[in-house]
Parts: sequence; C-alpha cells; structure tokens
Amino acid sequence: MVNRNCRATLRLVTLINRQGHPHPPLSSSPSGHISHSYIILPFSIAFVFLTVLCFYSGTGIDACWKQLQRNNVHGEHKIVSFFSPLASSLKTRQWGVNIQSRCYGSASVLVQRNPKFSKLNDEDVRYFEGILGAKNVIQDDEKLITANTDWMRKYKGSSKLLLQPRTTDQVSEILKYCNFRCLAVVPQGGNTGLVGGSVPVFDEVVVSLSAMSKIISFDKVSGILVCEAGCILENIISFLDNEGFIMPLDLGAKGSCQIGGNVSTNAGGLRLLRYGSLHGNVLGIEAVLADGTVLDMLKTLRKDNTGYDLKHLFIGSEGSLGIVTKKLLQEARRKLGEILSAFEFLDSNAMNLVLNHLEGARNPLPTSLHNFYVLIETTGSDESSDKQKLEAFLLGSMENELISDGALAQDINQASSFWLLREGIPEALMRAGAVYKYDLSIPVEKMYNLVEEMRSRLGNDANVVGYGHLGDGNLHLNVSTPQYDDKILSQIEPFVYEWTSKHHGSISAEHGLGLMKANKIFYSKSPETVKVMTSIKKLLDPNHILNPYKVLPCSSIS
Amino acid sequence: MKIMVAIKRVIDYAVKIRVKPDKSGVVTQNVKMSMNPFCEIALEEALRMRESGLASEVVAVTMGPSQCLDTLRTGLAMGADRGIHVDSTSALHPLHVAKILMNLVQIEKPSLIILGKQAIDDDCNQTGQMVAGLLNWPQGTFASKATPSKLKNQAFAPTMWWGFPKDKSNMSQIGKKEYTHGTMKSLIDVVLDKEKEEVTVDREVDDGIETVQLKLPAVITTDLRLNQPRYATLPNIMKAKSKPIKKFTPQELNVEIKSDLEIVEVTEPPKRKAGVMVSSVDDLIDKLKNEAKVI
Repeated sequence: MVNRNCRATLRLVTLINRQGHPHPPLSSSPSGHISHSYIILPFSIAFVFLTVLCFYSGTGIDACWKQLQRNNVHGEHKIVSFFSPLASSLKTRQWGVNIQSRCYGSASVLVQRNPKFSKLNDEDVRYFEGILGAKNVIQDDEKLITANTDWMRKYKGSSKLLLQPRTTDQVSEILKYCNFRCLAVVPQGGNTGLVGGSVPVFDEVVVSLSAMSKIISFDKVSGILVCEAGCILENIISFLDNEGFIMPLDLGAKGSCQIGGNVSTNAGGLRLLRYGSLHGNVLGIEAVLADGTVLDMLKTLRKDNTGYDLKHLFIGSEGSLGIVTKKLLQEARRKLGEILSAFEFLDSNAMNLVLNHLEGARNPLPTSLHNFYVLIETTGSDESSDKQKLEAFLLGSMENELISDGALAQDINQASSFWLLREGIPEALMRAGAVYKYDLSIPVEKMYNLVEEMRSRLGNDANVVGYGHLGDGNLHLNVSTPQYDDKILSQIEPFVYEWTSKHHGSISAEHGLGLMKANKIFYSKSPETVKVMTSIKKLLDPNHILNPYKVLPCSSIS
Repeated sequence: MKIMVAIKRVIDYAVKIRVKPDKSGVVTQNVKMSMNPFCEIALEEALRMRESGLASEVVAVTMGPSQCLDTLRTGLAMGADRGIHVDSTSALHPLHVAKILMNLVQIEKPSLIILGKQAIDDDCNQTGQMVAGLLNWPQGTFASKATPSKLKNQAFAPTMWWGFPKDKSNMSQIGKKEYTHGTMKSLIDVVLDKEKEEVTVDREVDDGIETVQLKLPAVITTDLRLNQPRYATLPNIMKAKSKPIKKFTPQELNVEIKSDLEIVEVTEPPKRKAGVMVSSVDDLIDKLKNEAKVI
C-alpha cells in the first residue's frame, strides 16, 4: 500500500513540475500569507482554494483530473467516496461496519486533493519516529479508522499516519518538518466536532494532542488554570470541582472533547449564558504556527493590554492558524463569586491623599488608621439575600481575622461616598502635584511588594501610593512628587518594568501602551509574538499612517 | 436618662421616584428602601449624647410592616441599645404615629424623644409637634448647626467624641467640629445639661437661628445640618444581631388606626419647560410683560 502511494506521489509531483506549476515558498512566515496556510482546511474552504489554484495554472486542470482518475485505481478516490454511496459502501464493508454515508452529488461541491501537498513516504515516517519515538507514530489501521472518521460518521478521511506528540517542542518539530515537506496536517483533539473539521479529508497527517493531557497548574487565589490542550473537559471539570471552582465551559461532549479543540473552535456550550464565551475566559494560549514557531502568549494575568491580543485569532480558528498546545482559563469562584461585582483596594497613603485633597470625602473607619482598605461591591437581584450573604462573608472574615474592621453602606448615599474614596484617588493625586502613573498586572501575592520596594528606593523624595483592582491582580502604582523631576524618573523606570517582567507580570494591565510604553513591549511579550503583531500591522496598514510611533516598538516597524 | 428615637423606613433618598400608572401613589415595588435621612441624624444625635455620658440608653422605635425590621437592624447596627417594632400593615399617618409614641412613652418613660423633622416620603413635618402636644412636653424643632450655644456645667468628655486620635486629617472629616480642651469652645447645637435637666436647642428658622431652652422631658426634631450620621461598622453589625427587639401592635397600645385622610391622586410635578432664547432686551421685556405676566 505504501509503495503504491509512493509511486503515485512521485507521478503527481513530476507532472505538476512539468506543467510549470509554481511551487509555493516552503518557508514563508505567516505574515501576509495567512490564507495560504499549509494545514488542511475544512473541505468547503479547500474547494475554494482549489478553484483559485486551477485558475492560476489553467493547464494544470487536466493533469490534475487525469491524475485523480488514475488515483481511483490505487484507491484514492476521494471525490467518489464523497459523492457516490456505492463505492464508499463497498469500501466500508471491507471492515465489516456498515456506515451509512451521505450523497452530496446534488451539491456542486467537488473537493479535490490539492496536488501541491506532498505524499507521505517512508522517510517521513522515520523522521517522525525519530522525533516522537516509535510508540507515538501510529500507522495501525484500526487506530487510524477512529482518527479518520468523525463522530457523526459523516466524514471519512484516509490518512495513513497518526502522530501523538507529548510536548510543545515535538509539535513544533513536526510542523516545521511538514511545512518543509509540504505535508498537510490535521490537528485533532477529541474528534467530537460536528462539521468534519477534525478529520482528514484525504491523506493529511493527523496530529493528535491526546497525549498532552496534563493540568499544569491551578492558582486558587486568582482562579487561573493552566493546562495542556489534550486535557479532556470532564477531567478538568472534576478537578475544579474538588477545588471548589466552576469551569465556565460545559458541553454534552465533555466526556471525550479536549480543551484544545474547545478553544480552537470557540465552543459555546451550556454555561455561555452566564460566563460568556471562551474569548472572555481564555487568558492566554501557547500555539505552534505552521512553520513551527512557538508563540507563547501564556500569561497568568487577568489583565494584559500590551500590544495586539493575538490569542483571539487562535480562539475559533479551528486549527487553521496554529495548533493550540496550552491554555489558561479563568474559573468562577463559588462563595461570594456570583454576586461580587467589584473588589478594589487602596493603601493608607491613598486614603490620606483622598481625605486631604477632596472635599466631601469621609473616612468610613475613623477610629483607627489601617494599612489597607478594601472596597467590595455586590450586585444581585435580591437585595436582602445579597445583604445577608455579604454580611455573613464579612463577619466570617472578621472572625477569621482576615479583616480588622469594616463599614457597610446602608443606603445609596453611603455607597456613593464609599466609591468616592476609591474613584477620587486619581483626582486627589492630580491636586497633590506631579504624578508618575504605572498600571501593572502582578500576581496577587506579590502585588504590594513592588510598592514597598519603590518606597525604599525613593525614600522621602516622593509619596508612593498603591491602589487598584485587587480582584484582577491590577496594581495602579503612583508616585506623587511636588514637581516632575528627571532624577526621580530615572529611579522609577526601568526598575518598575524590570521588576514586573521578572515576576511575570504585565507592564500595562489596562491602560495600554500608547507613546509612554511603545518601546517597552518586550518586558511583557516575547519577540516572536511581537513579530506576528508587526506583520499584522504591516498587513493592515502598510504605510504606517495610523497613530505612528505608538504601541509597537519603532525598531520592529521600520 | 433614656432617649427614644423614632425611625422611619422610606424610599431611599437617591432613588428616582416614579408615580404609579393609576396615580394612587408612587412605585414602591423592588425599589430600594432605607432609613429616613432625618431619622439617621436623630439617631446619631442620640448616640452622641449617650457616648458623652449624658444618656444611659438609646431605644429605637419603628412602625410598619415586617420589612421595617431591616431598618431597625440598621439602627441597632449604628449603636442603638434596644429596638421596638410596632407591627402594622396599614398606612400610618403622623397622628397615629404620635399617638403610638405617646403610649410607648408611658411604657418606656424616656426623658427625651428625638425625631427627624420630617419624612422624605410624605414631608409632613407633623409627628414631632403632635407628640409634644399630646404629651404636653416642650419641643425644640429644626435643631441645627448654629453659633456656639450657651454653656453650662458640662458633664461630657471635652475632646474625644468617638474615640478619635487627635489627628488633623481625621478631624477635618467629621463636619468641621473642633473640640479644644478646657476652653469649652464647642459648636454643638444641642447642649444637654444633666443636672439642671434642661436642653438648649438652636433652631433653624426662616429668620435665622432661634435658641430655646427646654425643660426635660422634651421632644427634639432634627434638621439636616445637626450632624453627619456614622456608618454601621462590622463589629456593631455583629453586636446588633443580639440586641433585643420588642414587638407591639397598635391594638396593644390602644391606638385605633382609623384614617381620616384619603389620598385622592398623586401626580408628578409639571415638567420644566425648555427655556426660550430671546434676541434683545426689548424682546425680553415684551415676553415678561405679555407672556409671563410678571411686570
């Protein structure tokens, strides 16, 4: 079987060469050529692609058709198996399973195998065995059937090779090789898709991520889960249940679907109504591009506004832009989570500033000065029950000595005066003189360490104030001085960025990069990611007329 | 000395009021309710008196359906010692409230009743005056911030009102009240003299400030600038859960809730019309003369 394929492949290749069909470049970067990806596209899109190709090389059509007819003899009658029940039923009876196949003859859709994709040969198989080990390179017919057939048994491919990488590096090596050899690839997870997107159409190599099924880490404070793409959704759900958290995604197929597939197809599911789509719940992705580049966009931060948010391209791309190998998810907390709508904090310096500079600001806990103040807001449909919940939570925290004192707003006026204390800090800072403002995303446990370090660095020269969205891990670090002074600036930058980068934080949690941090993106994003961003920028704005000098570093744009 | 404070549960001050489509009243379903702001001020004043040592106990009274218990709990969380709930589902007008208070006074025997000057839902401004009339007690209404009142032998702690440290920043937050040791220069407006059993009240009236001296027992109603009510802190909320609340019904207090008033219609005030731009002074005079008819 393999030998025959070999011959057919050779013939195909030589024929095409003779006709002068232009070879697409083998090692192009993804920039500007996203539509020409080398991963097999779902069949409808493949059809479009095919016609375009035929237009380009008019003389190639005949050759293709003849080759395909010849391929019929060798068993590669892909078109026939789609559009003729007879042949396919013949085929299926060979394996003793009577699979009912559908006839699409009426549709004017004809998918033909794109001749530019190479055929698999022994050398390829040996190369893969070298990367993955013989155990993870599967050519066994039985296992291949499940990989080749979709869940509804509607679509059947005829792939001859199933690869099961265990690490991202292995996936990268596989894709680099397939890119070089122009071998089409189908990324496959749980194979529970209902539109035939997860099975090969012809003989594409199936890269299954089922072996990458580790839950890498779970942070109970922030509710952030990092796991590999092959984790089965049900396993993740039961793991989180033990921890007291809820997964924002739930589907009927949870027993077999894998989270990598869910993310790549932007699966909706049962809980979307409450928790929103995966676009909102996935905080970061590690993906491997077609040429083997590993894009590490994994940031365990709730908020990160540095540069373009590339992960959204991959969520819902159905494996056509990159293979997702790891992901970060936000989980919903059970105790106060469902009615919690705000969780802010401010330190004593911030409180003093507001009380001194803003009229109408009133200290809610005047009996003693505290180091930190936290403002909690809940929103719900039943006021009395929410109030009970909040009171119970607060009183419980007091008993456990998590909080030393607190005040509960009894009416809307008191609530707005509480908010004035928090929302009035920027204004109070402006009135106090000059202010250097930094907006950083830092893991919650280490958040205040930065403020204390800045205090020791600047001493009496400046008033270092820390406040922010504690619930999101977002610190607003403000240094207040009577006037702007370069000396003080040099003490602050780049120390603040380096510190944040060292602790895997983001230098801009919500304010963005603008002009201030245009050249500082590398503190939070890897060079490969920035390269993809600059290619997108070049694609959409080739002359760079939109908002120049900002967001992305000048060096990479020019 | 016991102080009784009456508090009322009303629609929250910051809520936008809407009239019911059948014009029989305002919409109270699913609308945030809280303590009447003037009642908060009254309770705050009573608590300050207790903290200064002049009073021994503050009793909070509320009347209405069972939801009023929320408001009563807030009052207890602010610091009142006991609560009394008069359970009644029918609408209570000021005269009923005054009669109930009169009967409660026979039971509780306070020396001072402090009320808010009016409720923000009906704006009657009648209850305090009626109570004083029924009990034949002196009244000091619209008690407010004023010039320093006459001082007598004070029996209260001169500088520490709520146990604040003498921190400037904190002091500036509590409504600009300053207390200096020894010189007795205070801006308190209600000055209670324990020995002489009198209370001096500065009243805010149309002409200015009127100072009256009342013999105890007396009725005081509070105006807006008297003080700034405190927040309910968590330790106090915890304590409030165990404070006793006595229940009464109007029947037990021999008060018949018979309404002599019937609300015929409730409508919104007419919408403010948009202003008209005039082109010249003559035009303005013309409009004032002929259209507005004010000259």
